[in-house]
Amino acid sequence: MNPARSINIAILAIGGQGGGVMAEWLVEVAERAGYRAQYTSVPGVAQRTGATIYYLELFPERTVLAAGKEPVLALMPVPGDVDVVVAAELMEAGRALLRGLVTPERTTLIASTHRVYAISEKSAPGDGRGNAFNVIEAARTRAKRFIGLDMDQAARRGGSVISAAMFGALAGSDALPIPRALFEDVIRAGGRAVEANLKTFAIAFDGAAASCAAPPVVPATSVVPATAGAIAAAPAVQPLLARIETELPGAAHAMAREGLRRVIDFQDLAYGELYLDRLRSIAAVDRAAAGAQRRHALVVETARHLALWMSFEDTFRVADLKTRGARFERVRSEVGAAPGQVVDFTEFMRPRIEEVCDSLPAPIGRFILGSPALKALLRRPFGKGRQIRTSRLGGFLTLYLLGQGRRIRRSTLRFKRENAAIETWLARITEAAPIDYDLGLEIVLCQKLIKGYSETRERGGRSFESLMQAYEAAKATPAFAAQLRSLRDTALAGVEAGGGSQGRAASG
Amino acid sequence: MAERSFAKEVEKLRLGNGQAFKGEGILAVTKALLQSGVSYVGGYQGAPISHLMDVLADAQDIMAELGVHFEASASEAAAAAMLAASVNYPLRGAVAWKSVVGTNVASDALANVASGGVTGGALVIVGEDYGEGSSIMQERTHAFAMKSQIWLLDPRPNLTSIVDLVERGFELSEASNTPVMLELRIRACHVYGRFLAKNNLRPAFGLAEAMRHPVRDPDRIVLPPANFLHEHEKIDRRWPAAVEFVKRYRLNEFLGGSHGEVGIIVQGGLYNTLIRALERLGLADSFGETELPLYVLNVTYPLIDDEIVAFCTGKRAVLLVEEGQPEFIEQAINSLLRRADIATRVVGKDVLPRAGEYTGQTVKDGLTRFLATHAASHLQQSRPRAVDAAQANVHAPESSAAAQDKIVALKDIVPARPAGFCTGCPERPIFTAMKLVEQDIGPYHVSCDIGCHLFSILPPFNIGNTTMGYGLGMAGASAFQAAGARPAVSVMGDGGFWHNGLTSGVGNAVFNNNNSVLVLVDNGYSAATGGQDILSSRADNARRSTRHPMATAMRGLGVKWIRTVRSYDVAELRRQLSTAITSKTQGPKVIIAESECMLNKQRRVAPLLRKAIGAGERVVKQRFGVDADTCTGDHSCIRLSGCPTLTIKDNPDPLREDPVAHVLDDCVGCGHCGETAHAAVLCPSFYRADIVFNPTRRDRLVRRISDAMIGFLQRRADARRARFAF
Repeated sequence: MNPARSINIAILAIGGQGGGVMAEWLVEVAERAGYRAQYTSVPGVAQRTGATIYYLELFPERTVLAAGKEPVLALMPVPGDVDVVVAAELMEAGRALLRGLVTPERTTLIASTHRVYAISEKSAPGDGRGNAFNVIEAARTRAKRFIGLDMDQAARRGGSVISAAMFGALAGSDALPIPRALFEDVIRAGGRAVEANLKTFAIAFDGAAASCAAPPVVPATSVVPATAGAIAAAPAVQPLLARIETELPGAAHAMAREGLRRVIDFQDLAYGELYLDRLRSIAAVDRAAAGAQRRHALVVETARHLALWMSFEDTFRVADLKTRGARFERVRSEVGAAPGQVVDFTEFMRPRIEEVCDSLPAPIGRFILGSPALKALLRRPFGKGRQIRTSRLGGFLTLYLLGQGRRIRRSTLRFKRENAAIETWLARITEAAPIDYDLGLEIVLCQKLIKGYSETRERGGRSFESLMQAYEAAKATPAFAAQLRSLRDTALAGVEAGGGSQGRAASG
Repeated sequence: MAERSFAKEVEKLRLGNGQAFKGEGILAVTKALLQSGVSYVGGYQGAPISHLMDVLADAQDIMAELGVHFEASASEAAAAAMLAASVNYPLRGAVAWKSVVGTNVASDALANVASGGVTGGALVIVGEDYGEGSSIMQERTHAFAMKSQIWLLDPRPNLTSIVDLVERGFELSEASNTPVMLELRIRACHVYGRFLAKNNLRPAFGLAEAMRHPVRDPDRIVLPPANFLHEHEKIDRRWPAAVEFVKRYRLNEFLGGSHGEVGIIVQGGLYNTLIRALERLGLADSFGETELPLYVLNVTYPLIDDEIVAFCTGKRAVLLVEEGQPEFIEQAINSLLRRADIATRVVGKDVLPRAGEYTGQTVKDGLTRFLATHAASHLQQSRPRAVDAAQANVHAPESSAAAQDKIVALKDIVPARPAGFCTGCPERPIFTAMKLVEQDIGPYHVSCDIGCHLFSILPPFNIGNTTMGYGLGMAGASAFQAAGARPAVSVMGDGGFWHNGLTSGVGNAVFNNNNSVLVLVDNGYSAATGGQDILSSRADNARRSTRHPMATAMRGLGVKWIRTVRSYDVAELRRQLSTAITSKTQGPKVIIAESECMLNKQRRVAPLLRKAIGAGERVVKQRFGVDADTCTGDHSCIRLSGCPTLTIKDNPDPLREDPVAHVLDDCVGCGHCGETAHAAVLCPSFYRADIVFNPTRRDRLVRRISDAMIGFLQRRADARRARFAF
């Protein structure tokens, strides 16, 4: 029997990534290189953002001629029978591994290391992303050769799309006995966006070649907060920074600096002093509870969550952030505006009557919220969504002046409410940690529930409150920390089940 | 205009004798039709045969040259009824659709044409949407062939075999006066390959001749007494004629060795999969040469008793590779061997799975089990491929158990990717509004239809209780008429509406005075099947009559309550939907949510915009973004959207751990993010950027003035912050 065999190639992509284009190019390259090419796919509804697989088999034309008969080529990959897998995204590489398409005897796995998040990962209320590292590890273990590179970045740099990057990576991987020039000829023959495609092809070609020489490294996500630049500290803040050094354990310094930066940015120096006062008392609790053995997790996490809570997103804060010069530059670069290009941007704001009252001096705010008639009356003018064009003077001034509300913030209803809640929270931490360090830490982490705006924020606040009630009821119970953690996880997941914004009773 | 243009591919249809045709399977079928001298072609789009319809639509000039009439049929039933042209006249005709669903719809007309029989060759091309990638119920078209006695072809999945069988199919149809079905699996429809073309054939007897000389034969009409006659004809005359034809022209193939105690019977469409399995076991080579005797059923109905008896005689056991269930072929072969008193074991679903697609691995496993039991000597002879064995030494994989653990662990990491609405899809806001209405007034029953809108049942929307078939969304809600209860809401697309929903849903609701609420998606195309034009399409179509509004049709039927809303207007949709649900007015209430399918719109508009920018015209491009520093990472916006470009990224804030929302560069600025942020009172993080190309002098002046004053204030604020910077 004839020992000739086809070269089998599977391309895994997400609908819309151009896996079909890549497959068509590859057919043409193969035919020019003297192969009989067959390819097929099962796009169907998967064309609409689902996972798709394209499958090619290449068979030497001269063998066909010599044999005088046609090869029988398969229409779908069989585990153990695939020479090259090209995955246009990291989890699709994971899918290829799961499907058994990658085997150590034969398969070169060429994968993009970038992520296109699936709906389940995106819609999780917290961080629902799959662990990329495990996929890369499995790929290394399982593939005969693993070539990983960021094809999305290659496509961006080259000004083209991911299919061109896949094509370049395949050529650069040396997995096919076909010279580079043939690949490039096919791109040229395509006649569309030739320059950008060739550039992207070249970047990915080099990326794959480099990855062959040195295996890819997983980009590590930073755990410790990165200190922004090396700006010399302004004289006014130096005493506060010195307090961090002297009053807090070393493990918490980096986080406390970030927290301090945040709260001063939110309000003023005095607010920063308050932040450090609060941290100092938690540090004392931590010390008494032998926190050193726990690397001072209590202080570190309080430094994080206290800063987040103290810099709550009220109307003033949002207006302030939206009007900053640095934000204007960031938006321009995010939307890819050329230097000097005219760009306008519009904000979508919809403060409810509740938020409006929150921003008023506490007695007035309380009075309005306490009067159903007044509330109903004001709901009409304030209840509408507003589009504010910040890039034009009128819109800018509206938000800029609102941002100046910082000056009266301490008198507002919102500030008073948040401040009281923070004090209670800190008191609970102080109470719990000496008895059970973990329980103290869990209470700190419950702050995670407090985020978002309007009803999302209210719902989070209610969940937080019910957890705190649970703590009050059961704090003497041993091992309540574990229970509180699971309650918190359930509450976080409950946001998901509750959909976008359940319980809209509060607004119209 | 369809999603994909085949203007280039269409030229392949002009290839003549001896030229090599290279292309997709479904295009090869189109070419084969022209080579067979068809007079008319019809059909209804749907994966995996949409491309056939699109190619034909783009090939009207060629068809006109050959005198072929092509129709984009209103439904599969309409297409099947077209075959009536072949009843009295020697006219060849072909119709095509997605099966099994299309065959369901067509079955009334199919049964009629099969009963009376045909004079000219009548071919039904079905794209069998079964197995991976399928979006429909997993059933076999085989059952329809059997019940109506339509012959079923299942060619080996290479273009030469497929094209040959199309041509033979017409001959078989004429020889046996019976319509013939050609079944193509998804992968065969999309397979790229080659075959040697022949000249196209202009039909000797054209439609014009038939129309000039009408023929009437009451014996061909399904009405007593002819209907009783037909049944006898089928059994006594047409069936034997078909068997005779299949035998004479060897449509089924005896391949592989001619001796041995075991053999394999395989459906033609699974032949390549079987060969690869044999090859992997070292029992065949790349050309399909094997010592095992194979009997390949390119005709799966009717079975040719003599050939099966001959194949099985002298064998201890045969493996039958038959995909899908019930296992009609296995039952038939068992029964005929029993009648012929042959003791050969027929091994089928006892070593192969009873249900599900027969993948390469499945067939290989089944084959191994079969050989182990019935022909162990073959299995001993087989050796793993020498090449593989040699290569295995090159690379020393980690101990297999550890490696396997790492793979298994991926199950929890690799996310499912359910199909979803495209970037900027106008159907997304409809379901955002429906979700918000649910939050306003509580849950209500939702009856879904077929089309892109059915993705609503998947995350993130999770809306919808049932779907009963194309155009049947509203009919699916018709039982829910209890007085005093909140009415059910049904969803229907414009494709389903014109397919049958107008009568089965809207007409039905008017006639029965039903109180249901219908959300009708008007995006201008049959979008899910590839953006084909329909009656209500806004586009001008040189060959079809478009621009017939659905609202006009419904008013004609007597619908009183119709509201038309721009689909991106979430707030208005929400208001109208609430009104409709809570309305006391009797009778059906219809909300038309209209906006052009974004996939098609971009295809239409993007090149125009590029051109305008190039020509120096003022163009404003819009897109959305999220401010990372005000986004708190709760992702509620994503749970109301699911747009591919609304995603997440690492939080740039060192204090926060959860990823923030983020808009990718391919945002088309449809406006949904902003509308939803407002309607659902989400958060102030979204912004819309208006990027101006070729700005006017006024644009620049306004910009300069704003920038100067804004810049001044920003610098002042920066200076204040610098006093506390570190």
